[in-house]
Amino acid sequence: MKAVPYILRPRRARRGLPGAIGSFALAFVCLLLGACSANDMDDVQTLHRGIDAEPESLDFHKARSTAAGDVQRDLGEGLTGYTPDGELVGRAAENWEISEDGRDYRFSLRRDARWSTGEPVTADDFVYSFRRLVDPATASFYSQSVIDIENAAAIVAGEKALEELAVTANGDHELHVRLARPTPYFLALLTHPSMFPVHRDSVEQHGDAHARPGRLVTNGAYTLVAWELGSLVELRRNEHYWDNRSTAIDRVRHHFIPEPTVELNRYRAGELHITDNVPPEAFARVREERPGELHVAPYLNIYYYGFNLTRPPFRDNLELRRALSMAIDRRALTESVTGRGETPAWSWVPPGVDNYVERQLPYATLSDEERKAEARRAYRQAGYSDHNPLKIEIRYNTSDTHQRMALAIQSMWREVLGVETTLVNEEFQVLLSNMRAKEVTQVFRSSWLGDYNDANAFLQVMLSDAPSNMTGYSDKQFDSLVQRAAEQTDPERRRTYMEQAEALMLDDHPVIPIYFYVSKHLVSPRVEGWGDNVLDYHYSQHLSLSPE
Amino acid sequence: MLRFALLRILSAIPTLCLVVVLAFLMVHAAPGGPFDDERVLPPENARNLAAAYHLDESLPRQFARYVSGLLKGDLGPSYHYRDHSVSELIGAAFPLSLQLGLLSMAVALAVGVSAGVLAALRRNTISDRLITGMAMTGISVPVFVVAPLFVLVFAVELRWLPASWSGDASGRRFLLPVVALALPQIAYITRLTRASMVETLSSDYVRTARAQGLSLFSIVRFHALKPALLPVVSYLGPAIAAVLTGAVVVEIVFGVPGLGQLFVRSALNRDYTLVLGVVVFYAALIVILNLTVDLLYGFLDPRTRNP
Repeated sequence: MKAVPYILRPRRARRGLPGAIGSFALAFVCLLLGACSANDMDDVQTLHRGIDAEPESLDFHKARSTAAGDVQRDLGEGLTGYTPDGELVGRAAENWEISEDGRDYRFSLRRDARWSTGEPVTADDFVYSFRRLVDPATASFYSQSVIDIENAAAIVAGEKALEELAVTANGDHELHVRLARPTPYFLALLTHPSMFPVHRDSVEQHGDAHARPGRLVTNGAYTLVAWELGSLVELRRNEHYWDNRSTAIDRVRHHFIPEPTVELNRYRAGELHITDNVPPEAFARVREERPGELHVAPYLNIYYYGFNLTRPPFRDNLELRRALSMAIDRRALTESVTGRGETPAWSWVPPGVDNYVERQLPYATLSDEERKAEARRAYRQAGYSDHNPLKIEIRYNTSDTHQRMALAIQSMWREVLGVETTLVNEEFQVLLSNMRAKEVTQVFRSSWLGDYNDANAFLQVMLSDAPSNMTGYSDKQFDSLVQRAAEQTDPERRRTYMEQAEALMLDDHPVIPIYFYVSKHLVSPRVEGWGDNVLDYHYSQHLSLSPE
Repeated sequence: MLRFALLRILSAIPTLCLVVVLAFLMVHAAPGGPFDDERVLPPENARNLAAAYHLDESLPRQFARYVSGLLKGDLGPSYHYRDHSVSELIGAAFPLSLQLGLLSMAVALAVGVSAGVLAALRRNTISDRLITGMAMTGISVPVFVVAPLFVLVFAVELRWLPASWSGDASGRRFLLPVVALALPQIAYITRLTRASMVETLSSDYVRTARAQGLSLFSIVRFHALKPALLPVVSYLGPAIAAVLTGAVVVEIVFGVPGLGQLFVRSALNRDYTLVLGVVVFYAALIVILNLTVDLLYGFLDPRTRNP
């Protein structure tokens, strides 16, 4: 027998590597074999919806994103709300009376309104909720939207006590709101989730952590049953809801999907009934393959370029701003750069706003050639020429669409005027802080989404003291027109003031309106009751699912 | 061994402190804040928010507040996800990242080592070239190509597997993300194992063993594999850290609510406490992983045991 050196002697066999490989192979085969069973979508009563982000909060007073709003509109209910087609109707309020001066609102609440615990929803609940909304300790993003209620501003600023808010209960079913000034869009404001009532007992018991499954008490068609962080929230029918009989869908899952391409894949894989978006690169194909499922509708959202009016070259140089605006062929941009049904913007207020006809820039109706010639004339008048070209920067936040838009505008400005444009892309927060500082910005990209269906939602952005006015635009006449409109109870006169204000502001060119967004959804043929509307609100309680 | 381990653990403490200080300063130095948006808040609201989250205090005081919380194990409230604390958010996300990471590393090890050994044994044959070629492809094709491709083929077209995490509640939802995450690791481990095994097989003691007539299988299994795996083991630490912290793309494509995508979102949202929490957590994790690998190395290679 051969002598084998110690180190080379075979040791006792161990189930090492091969064993492990075997187990894994086996495990994977098992997974694959299990892979062909049907999935969750076969449950007729469950609606799967995509939303573009995880709600930062489901507390009605602490959220601000559209994603949170989508979920919150299923959970709670304000005094007013919308039908699928965007018509304003009473929800928690059955009807209301408005005083002559437009400052007193008396709401009669539904007697059959119930919390998800079965308790009645009372006027006191609304008083408590409005107070919590303006309480500085709540630190709500949206306390500003009720600033027109008497004393609200002083309370938010910490100067008055909560009890002084002019929202009072008269018995269980009558709510009285007194406004500091007539706010004709007040009923529209009330549809916003920040105006939904919160349940006093659970807020007081759980504090900041009350908006959780098992704790959140709501008065809407659904209640929160699960929140898988980073993934989805699940809602179930609220059996105590006053209109529960009309609710068709038992369970709603809102899936958080920030990437539209991922969302599209999930829709195509049959995991979603409704998408929140349609990715630009797949839009043409989707339109061809699924024309019946694609819903594109006007949306109260504008994409614009702003000028920094506090510094040269744009300060005191109206002709230059006009020239740059006129040199942009908006139709070419919406057709070839965005290409998802967006409409060219020649106004600041989007079309489709209630009781309003948007005013257009004077050159909206000119032919392309006429507009370009006019642009060149204004450019020369502003003191620039081929020998002395304007050199400017466009700042935008990093994104493929914004980049392509900036490239196209850069080339239009170069072609028509000979402007030398540098593109600067910045991370969103960096761009925002630059826009606010108004130091390095010259031309910047931004957008504005109307929170409620009224021209004021757009006009107020350009007021001298508006926090979101990043251009530094300040015009006394504009401010006074918007102010007068806000105090006007006669709808016709109010409309006139607002139209004058818009026309005036457009003429001053603090911004270049580029296009109006559209809402884009894929909606499964099984979904019934879907209605397109300019606010892009789609309450799950209005929808139903037909069997496959 | 124990002294070695203790020393390594102690030396990690200053590292972690430095990470906390640097991360705190950097996140506060970044332009913008947690409550900034295109919809700029009126000054009163901004003040109320700052007060609610102590952002109106001086930076040193904020830091002191943060560190005193940290010492008690409290990572603070999230500034963006206002209903949740940082610990809750990390606590929900990390277990998924861990499962995903460990599963994919296990797959990568099993497949990579076997393929590497096979390639080394059949050096310069067709199967060797095939394996090395595939490994090369695995390294070069980025995960942001592979992952969506998987979704298209297996979820959209064939409908065998869920397209995303929340599309299914069973273990099947692990399959695509695990494979997508494992592929580049498989490729790398295959190449490492092959190279190292080739070298080991040409060493003197293997030649001696062959001369003594031992079968190829028992040579590999009992004598060559362990030394040949040393480079793989030392790669394991950084690799596990990489799959645990760098699975962002896979997490986003498959909708896995793991720590990677949470971290990216927190940075974009300027969610100061969440960014800090994840950075501190990652730092601690990487320190622990490196420590484990050092200890494991000492176990596999006695020469490193007594420095």
